[in-house]
Amino acid sequence: MRVALMVTCINDALYPSTGQAVVRLLRRLGVEVDFPQAQTCCGQPMVNTGYLDEAVPVVRTFVDAFAGYDAVVTPSGSCAGSARHQHSIVARRSGDEALERAVAEVAPKVYELSEFLVDVLGVTDVGAYYPHRVTYHPTCHSLRMLGVGDRPRRLLEAVRGIRLVDLPGADQCCGFGGTFAVKNADTSVAMGADKARHIRETGAEIVVAGDNSCLTHIGGVLSRQRSGVRTVHLAEILASTEGVLR
Amino acid sequence: MTDARTEILARVREALAGSAVEPVETRAPRDLAPATPEVVDLFAERVADYRAVVERCGAEELEDRIAAALPAGRVVVPPGLSVRVPDAIVDDGTLTAAELDRIAAVVTEARVGIAETGTIVLDHAPDQGRRAISLVPDTHICVVREDQVVPDVPDAIALLDPARPQTWISGPSATSDIELDRVEGVHGPRTLHVLLVAGER
Amino acid sequence: MSGTFVGMPAFPEAAREALADSQLRHNLAHATGTIRAKRAKVVAEVADWEELRLAGAAVKERALRDLDTQLVRLEETLTANGATVHWARDAAEANAIVAGIAKAHAAEEVVKVKSMVTQEIGLNEALAEEGISAWETDLAELIVQLGDDLPSHILVPAIHRNRAEIREIFRSKMAAAGRPAPDDLTDEPAVLAAAARDHLREKFLRAKVGVSGANFAVAETGTLVVVESEGNGRMCLTLPEVLVSVVGIEKVVSRWEDLDPMLRLLPRSSTGERMNPYTSVWSGVTPGDGPQEVHVVLLDNGRTRALADEVGRQALRCIRCSACLNVCPVYERTGGHAYGSVYPGPIGAILNPLLKGVGHDDQTDSLPYASSLCGACFEVCPVRIDIPSVLVDQRAQVVDAHRGGVPKPEAVAMKGAAYVLGRSRRLSVVERFTGLGMRFARRFGPAAWIGARDLPDAPGESFRAWWMRTDGGRTDGSRKEDGTDD
Repeated sequence: MRVALMVTCINDALYPSTGQAVVRLLRRLGVEVDFPQAQTCCGQPMVNTGYLDEAVPVVRTFVDAFAGYDAVVTPSGSCAGSARHQHSIVARRSGDEALERAVAEVAPKVYELSEFLVDVLGVTDVGAYYPHRVTYHPTCHSLRMLGVGDRPRRLLEAVRGIRLVDLPGADQCCGFGGTFAVKNADTSVAMGADKARHIRETGAEIVVAGDNSCLTHIGGVLSRQRSGVRTVHLAEILASTEGVLR
Repeated sequence: MTDARTEILARVREALAGSAVEPVETRAPRDLAPATPEVVDLFAERVADYRAVVERCGAEELEDRIAAALPAGRVVVPPGLSVRVPDAIVDDGTLTAAELDRIAAVVTEARVGIAETGTIVLDHAPDQGRRAISLVPDTHICVVREDQVVPDVPDAIALLDPARPQTWISGPSATSDIELDRVEGVHGPRTLHVLLVAGER
Repeated sequence: MSGTFVGMPAFPEAAREALADSQLRHNLAHATGTIRAKRAKVVAEVADWEELRLAGAAVKERALRDLDTQLVRLEETLTANGATVHWARDAAEANAIVAGIAKAHAAEEVVKVKSMVTQEIGLNEALAEEGISAWETDLAELIVQLGDDLPSHILVPAIHRNRAEIREIFRSKMAAAGRPAPDDLTDEPAVLAAAARDHLREKFLRAKVGVSGANFAVAETGTLVVVESEGNGRMCLTLPEVLVSVVGIEKVVSRWEDLDPMLRLLPRSSTGERMNPYTSVWSGVTPGDGPQEVHVVLLDNGRTRALADEVGRQALRCIRCSACLNVCPVYERTGGHAYGSVYPGPIGAILNPLLKGVGHDDQTDSLPYASSLCGACFEVCPVRIDIPSVLVDQRAQVVDAHRGGVPKPEAVAMKGAAYVLGRSRRLSVVERFTGLGMRFARRFGPAAWIGARDLPDAPGESFRAWWMRTDGGRTDGSRKEDGTDD
């Protein structure tokens, strides 16, 4: 099976440790991933702001980069959702039939990390060790656009040493929403403040999610509040062995 | 200038032109079943959930139960009511709304009862009377026979005649307009008293 | 509040004002939380809820795809049932028809059933100009009307008011409109409801003309349906001599049995009840029972524009249940007024641009952006309107409407991003400056972000650079655990 890592633009630029964690985790599970150098971004920032024409070259770059792989795995529910549900819209609008065909070929092979682990590899215990008090925020696109369900939770529950605590109002949006966070900053921050309050109420040291975009927003609010709660991507917990050998 | 009808229909046709996709015919899930004793029990339970008064009785007790349920004041009945209510005013269609407002209670029958939702449907046949008489008086005593109860909404829809006016009643008048806190009793009858009668008519 | 949405600012600005009102946020959080829990409980009782949603969507979709035939059929059956059918292209035409009917009966007042469509067309104001008083009889609408306020929710227009505020409105405003509030009025909901009952009863008993909308119009049988709770609907639909129902053309369903999925879906989605207290069903005129003169006004007012939008037309399936408002994290915090329309919340964010068209005013153009695209609305919609997808499509239409001319900074940024992200080589060049960029952003970045949120630290190198340097981590000696893990 040829597996490609779609690291996502935000992880590439700001959170390389998340991409590194995916590589380390999958390697531990016996999967060698490629990193197609031609990849850039899924185009979601343009699509969700209404700039569909501008998304066309980005989608084209995407399908060119990932053509021919059996699976494309990405540590982002949002970017996986964009590839699976929005690329066809962009392609149709472009009027480029070759692009439409390429999207139809690649899109169904894109998996969010927890989907890839549970559905493709068939594992829930990935052999991780993470001795911390953690609360899990299910991001909206992973929850509702992809329907990842309880897969991330099952993966986390199998982590050794972890103390997983329920997040009140977990399925409520954190308020990030891409350009929404800037275009409607006041509303976005109000939502983020409520999310941060719920996180702090759990007494967790760490809030985990499958999307670093949401975590940037949540972490930005938590940091401004000097809460001491850290944000960590799901991949990094699943990759972690914290130096302890089994 | 074209008339509004012609123009609206033309706009509709223009809007739909070129959209060839035929929607899939989907029927609501329906599981038409006869009313078992359990269904009748559910009906009684669900009507009571709305804070209506529900009493079950035999046909022979009905007159006494109605008499006991009536509040002080006058009572109006529809012309075709099959049970006798002593001293009741029989509606002949001439009572005005203001006159009905001075009447304390109404006794009617019903067309169908829906167990799942605890709903009583009136189709305003002569045993139920015109719509106003079961609306303006503050107490509505409604006689439902057990054999009129059906399991769910699709069963009722199948039985009802759309040519007749209908009033679907689920509990007494209520509102949740203040802080979404449900309060029984606004404009419709504030007391709904259902007498669920065993056996057939 | 002035009693009009005209001239409202764009959403972000209106939202800022609403967010600053802590009483409002408290009222909204309490109310939406209550209704969400109620809905979830009664939806969970229905084993085949998803199948029912599909059926509900199909019923509406089938009628919409055949709308011209359905409307002609509805006109025929209504007429055969003794009703008079009118057609109105826009608000002004519809208002003139209603006013004309009231005047023909020398009515100085009409009693109204709660109706979204008559708010959409501004009927009360239009009738007032003709010297006709339109009395709202739904409790929440009465609170809004007496308070000279604006509705902020589809189901519960006064959701932004708490009991103490309502008591104050009743005490100070009821007397001018009719029977005053009793002296011993408390803020108990039951007491407030009783005051509304007494206040409105004299209006019901004397009314000559009733005005309503309709939740459903059955083409096959010429039947209208109104779903309500308080009995004010029954009063208006039964006691007056004349009844005028203003019905949007999208309210049509084909067949009588189509009401089945709708009447199972609507109450559970709307008030969170198995069934609403009262549903009135009538087919034209019934001799000796109810209004003996029945009019139906079929209204377009932008609906055919929405119908022509291939992505957006699904919004016409909406049955105005307001479940999407109650679960929306944006609505929960800003309330309904920020949307500047009688249709607030997620459905309003798509319906207003669809009815009015985009590219004309900033307020309408701002609505498709009033969402984080979290998708909660789609999840609860009883007729499966994919609101997030329509929002994204409406955003594209807003952007397209502004193409040409001087581009906004956002458009320039998006074009720049498209250039950079079109080729990985360009992206890797830009990534070398991530650290610098983040330091810059921390000091000079958009206040919109850094006003309340910190930015993360920039990493020493991008993932791309790391992969190249270490051959995907295979040659990096600093990661010893890689070799011992397996």
